[in-house]
Amino acid sequence: MASTIEGATGTWEYVIGLEVHAQIVSNSKLFSGASTEFGSEPNTQVSPVDAGMPGMLPVINMTCIEQAVKTGLAIEGTINRYSVFDRKNYFYPDLPQGYQISQFKQPVVSEGRLVIEMEDGSEKVIGIERLHVEQDAGKSLHDQDPSHSYVDLNRSGVGLMEIVSKPDLRSPEEAAAYVRKLRSILRYVGTCDGNMQEGSMRVDANVSVRKPGGELGTRCEIKNLNSVRFMSRALEYEALRQIDILESGGKVDQETRLFDVGRGETRSMRSKEEAHDYRYFPDPDLLPLRLEQELINGIAASMPELPDAKRHRFMAEFGLSPYDASVLVAEKENADFYEAVAEGRDKKLAANWMISELFGLLNKAGKGIEESPVSAAALGELLDLISDDTISGRTAKEVFAEMFESGKAAGVIVEEKGLKQVTDTGAIEAVIDGVMARETQKVEEYRSGKDKLFGFFVGQVMRASGGKANPKMVNEVLKKKLDG
Amino acid sequence: MTPTDLTIAQARDLLAKGEISSMELVEAHIDAMENNRDLNAYITETPEKALAMAQDSDARRAKGEGNGLLEGIPVAIKDLFCTADTLTTAGSHILDGFKPFYESTVTTNMWRQGAVMLGKTNLDEFAMGSSNLTSYHGPAINPWKARGDNRARVPGGSSGGSASAVAGRLALGATGTDTGGSIRQPAAFTGTVGIKPTYGRCSRWGIVAFASSLDQAGPMTRSVRDAAIMLRAMAGHDPKDSTSADIAVPDFEADLDKGVKGMTIGIPKEYRSDGMAPEIEALWQQGIKWLEEQGAKTVEVSLPHTKYALPAYYIVAPAEASSNLSRYDGVKYGLRVEADDLLSMYEKTRAAGFGEEVKRRILIGTYVLSAGYYDAYYLKAQKVRTRIAEDFHHVFGHVDAILTPATPSAAFPSEDPPSDPVSMYLNDIFTVPVNLAGLPGMSVPAGLSGEGLPLGLQVIGKAFDEATVLRVGRAIEQAADFDVRPEGY
Amino acid sequence: MSFDKTTIARISRLARIATTEAEQERLAGELGGILAWVEQLDEVDVEGVAPMTSVVEMNLKAREDVVSDGANAEGILKNAPKSAHGFFVVPKVVE
Repeated sequence: MASTIEGATGTWEYVIGLEVHAQIVSNSKLFSGASTEFGSEPNTQVSPVDAGMPGMLPVINMTCIEQAVKTGLAIEGTINRYSVFDRKNYFYPDLPQGYQISQFKQPVVSEGRLVIEMEDGSEKVIGIERLHVEQDAGKSLHDQDPSHSYVDLNRSGVGLMEIVSKPDLRSPEEAAAYVRKLRSILRYVGTCDGNMQEGSMRVDANVSVRKPGGELGTRCEIKNLNSVRFMSRALEYEALRQIDILESGGKVDQETRLFDVGRGETRSMRSKEEAHDYRYFPDPDLLPLRLEQELINGIAASMPELPDAKRHRFMAEFGLSPYDASVLVAEKENADFYEAVAEGRDKKLAANWMISELFGLLNKAGKGIEESPVSAAALGELLDLISDDTISGRTAKEVFAEMFESGKAAGVIVEEKGLKQVTDTGAIEAVIDGVMARETQKVEEYRSGKDKLFGFFVGQVMRASGGKANPKMVNEVLKKKLDG
Repeated sequence: MTPTDLTIAQARDLLAKGEISSMELVEAHIDAMENNRDLNAYITETPEKALAMAQDSDARRAKGEGNGLLEGIPVAIKDLFCTADTLTTAGSHILDGFKPFYESTVTTNMWRQGAVMLGKTNLDEFAMGSSNLTSYHGPAINPWKARGDNRARVPGGSSGGSASAVAGRLALGATGTDTGGSIRQPAAFTGTVGIKPTYGRCSRWGIVAFASSLDQAGPMTRSVRDAAIMLRAMAGHDPKDSTSADIAVPDFEADLDKGVKGMTIGIPKEYRSDGMAPEIEALWQQGIKWLEEQGAKTVEVSLPHTKYALPAYYIVAPAEASSNLSRYDGVKYGLRVEADDLLSMYEKTRAAGFGEEVKRRILIGTYVLSAGYYDAYYLKAQKVRTRIAEDFHHVFGHVDAILTPATPSAAFPSEDPPSDPVSMYLNDIFTVPVNLAGLPGMSVPAGLSGEGLPLGLQVIGKAFDEATVLRVGRAIEQAADFDVRPEGY
Repeated sequence: MSFDKTTIARISRLARIATTEAEQERLAGELGGILAWVEQLDEVDVEGVAPMTSVVEMNLKAREDVVSDGANAEGILKNAPKSAHGFFVVPKVVE
């Protein structure tokens, strides 16, 4: 779903490429044995390697490489069996070595792709140029002291995957869908927890504008967008800013900009103004990384089912709608929960209950699926009670609300509250007879052709049964009696 | 015999027989260090630590435990090795006051083998130099003087303090590091033995980095046997250094005296071309003759890219150094020159903290890696380096070792060093190719110059074949019978 | 290779080393001399030659993913010219 912008001189389109930095799930850092845990006291997870102490040397954490390969396979990339670690040289207080170990010319993964689905159900393939492994920097705090910055190196050296898309994205919506999809995949394969708030996933966006199909414009890089919402806002603001410049005859400067969340604007980054000259060269402390085909094959064999495959299976085998399938597969935990509920049951019924009832209550309670007070088995039991006509769908909603509240099992609630559906024909006939006897006038009207009154009778019967009469049976018997 | 005159092998035997204690050895050395401070060989003396370590060693021996390769032997450590809680300067102002909390792998190995630390020796700043004149702590002085010339001579560099300490009898042995000749050139200038092992033989972990792809640690001693003993104690695979070789360390002493009979020794013709001084040429011919007399066959070999080694080195080494030295920025340790803004703090700190030669190399390295120049300089130099390594590889298809002079001249006066950087760099012309190819190379004292200053020959071996290098070195040592010593030491 | 003060000023900024004009003048001469000397490398035919990546043939060794280091804030900070509340302290960084 490309979206365009109407400017004074005509229509403009977005050209967006994203660089996503995803923190690799690992116990220890990329090149040292310090912990990667989030939120510890400053400088308590720093080895002398991470602090750039004299004489310290990096040793690669193989798990981080395996995680990168796994991710590379998940984005259908080419795994390069020979890749090289380079040093990217620049000075910054949170970069203790004075260089970042990264991969420049020969990344571990190249040429991948990812399919995004838009709200209108359309799909689009977004190219991924590369995935490389690099070290994270430490953290500088600027607002603790008026004239000083504070530096914490706990993050210094944590393994990151930088995943660089091609400039294939044509709207903030597409960019958002890309980030959400990538996050979903990373979480499926367990290589990044995708937690944007804690900075486990950070996005830099390259944005330019052009007349549709025209020459590419000059791009600006917007740094450190730490939520999908901020990213969309930043992209919209930045495109308008560039269009204003171009339409007033100006020229866009290629530069790095920072999104100011408070003001909703992007602004030029002073510290990055100076021309970049990173002086990349292969890190002489490390040898080239050679991967055995066997290792790659082993990782490929252990790959879990990915969201796209799962979505197609839910549609093809379970008959779910594209929308329902997309919603259910977005988070692996949801998909797993759903499959547990749907196992041996009506797939569509299970999907409906997950999406409209369970997600509804979870959202309202601000809880994730892993905190759901109703387990997959408990929800399954409820669905069984619907399927075997023990309770009606309407009653089931009440029971479910109670389950969510109290954590009690569905059967217990039905029993305690006497909600069991009446399926005895005799009992239902008696109720219907009672209603017909009371509403003789309406019976006459119905029989003289006012068909619409059928619904009125159903309602009366259900009310008289305290909602417990089986609606299907009520329909059948009522029809027979009224018409008879 | 004075304890400070012993070789490591002799001291080891006397210690084993109980005829001397580590304490006695250490005390004699502490006295010698105090009496010869004019050599400026040490930046930091650690007598208390030495005495404590000697006491521990003697106690171990008394319990029948002390059986390390260097048990009770007092040694000096080049101040490029990080030593826990002991000042570590790299000869630079920028590391002012730096006391690491960690210990380098090489020194850890040595302490595990029972060695005793006397102190940290002087060096060219960040090991960049061939004279020791670039040390922030003032130049170390060569114990040797030319006949009839009282001017102080340089001990060479960068491991000049270690060379001076060993030659001046201020340590039984010392560690050095060698990036382009920094063990072999000072060894040659001071009449001592120095071996740079194969790249990957000794761990680089905990050694302040100069040029990572070239740096190697090695021993500096007064005999080839001592070098064999000490190298064995220093070497070994280290999982903390990704470039450390997972190859067993042999007992280098075992075959030391087996001679060179039946060996083929290559004599590279390209080493002769650059207007070699006649006395160096004569020394080389003498070395060839000694080996032939002991039954080796010598053959002329060709290392065609030899003349390009030095220029390639002066691209690769500064490039790596420019990056390795970025960490000295006034933030985490060492010197900081305060300023209101970060950029000024960086620029002032690094301007004040680094000396001229270090700055020069950082700037060259920065330039050759910068946008637009990388391919023309750095990439090209790394390709030339491949050529140089191939040259050696071809030659080692049919020779066991290569013999060359160690240096183009003897030690020069401290007050009259080569006038421009390039002339100074030419000191390493014979040693640099060995680093570029990662091979083992050793300098052995072989005679005196016309002025009465020591000269060395260099033996180059195949990768991880230090045993042969030492064996050839031992043959030269025996033939040369180099028993002169600097006057007054 | 002519080497001017502007080039020296540019690379000394990249290397974060303050240089005075007089030093730039001197360094331009010295570095120009060194770089002119290394240009003899152009004589070497390196067509099809791979650049050296590791001088000794070996494979990159890897670590196990275990936490084995790090819990030593005191050691990390003890040499710092300026620190406070467990942080390194530097002049204010403006972004």
